[in-house]
Amino acid sequence: MDATRKENEAVPMKNHTTAERKSERELVVTRTINGPARVVFEAWTRPELFKQWWVPKSFGLSLLSCEMDVRVGGRYRLVFKGDPEPMAFYGRYIEVTPHSRLVWTNEEGGDSGQVTTVTFEERGGKTLLVMHDLYPSKEALDDAIASGSTAGGMDEQFEQLDKLLASLDTSVGRP
Amino acid sequence: MVQYHTVGFDASFGALSDATRRGVLEQLGRADASITDLAEKFHMTLTGMKKHVGVLEQAGLVATEKVGRVRTCTLGRRRLEEEMAWIERYRQLWDARFDELDKVVEELKRKEKVDGRNKKRE
Repeated sequence: MDATRKENEAVPMKNHTTAERKSERELVVTRTINGPARVVFEAWTRPELFKQWWVPKSFGLSLLSCEMDVRVGGRYRLVFKGDPEPMAFYGRYIEVTPHSRLVWTNEEGGDSGQVTTVTFEERGGKTLLVMHDLYPSKEALDDAIASGSTAGGMDEQFEQLDKLLASLDTSVGRP
Repeated sequence: MVQYHTVGFDASFGALSDATRRGVLEQLGRADASITDLAEKFHMTLTGMKKHVGVLEQAGLVATEKVGRVRTCTLGRRRLEEEMAWIERYRQLWDARFDELDKVVEELKRKEKVDGRNKKRE
């Protein structure tokens, strides 16, 4: 009896993350987070919390600054340490629905940038996150993938896979 | 939802860490070529180029076929496979990020519990 209870109350199980190219222009990532939507939404929208999880140590990136004005029309700007120049990722929020939906633009790449929609769906005290990236064209998404999977834009001196993960994909820095 | 395997990623990354090998992939992306062609293009000895092609072949990035006396190299992975590899890396990246988010949410929940208790006491 006790053993069973222990198992049930053990550290929350790690949830699985899925990623899929849903169509020519769409990428979708899903994950369930062990907490109510209200709390998860807070972690996405308060800069001091957002900074704690957006750039895991394993990425080998350091976040120099993080400004987020989370309201419709408000802008965000994240600046990472780069070599030699810092890298900035920025855009604006076009939809902010507390505890359920966030939509923002990604403007650092000019007009080939995607629009990101995150939905927060609470189920029994947990929250299903669905992150949906819509690119302006098939070519824009193809290019984003190609720049990460072929020779283009790769740093010759990467030492760790983790650093590589970060350098392969410029979308790493986007919220 | 298709599950992608991570096996072979290290080999791919190793293969891609060399500028000549990346050049060879770019070249083969335009057209198939023999090892002799590639050696000439990259100003290398035949033996040197064979080694590079061997590394790329082991990583599954290049396939070679010998016809007569000529060994022809082609891109070993089709675009779809490259895309799958990219998506898997992208997934891993988000997985790492969401693990951190889980920790932040866990901490917020813990704080709320403590605050709730304190409020009741007040």
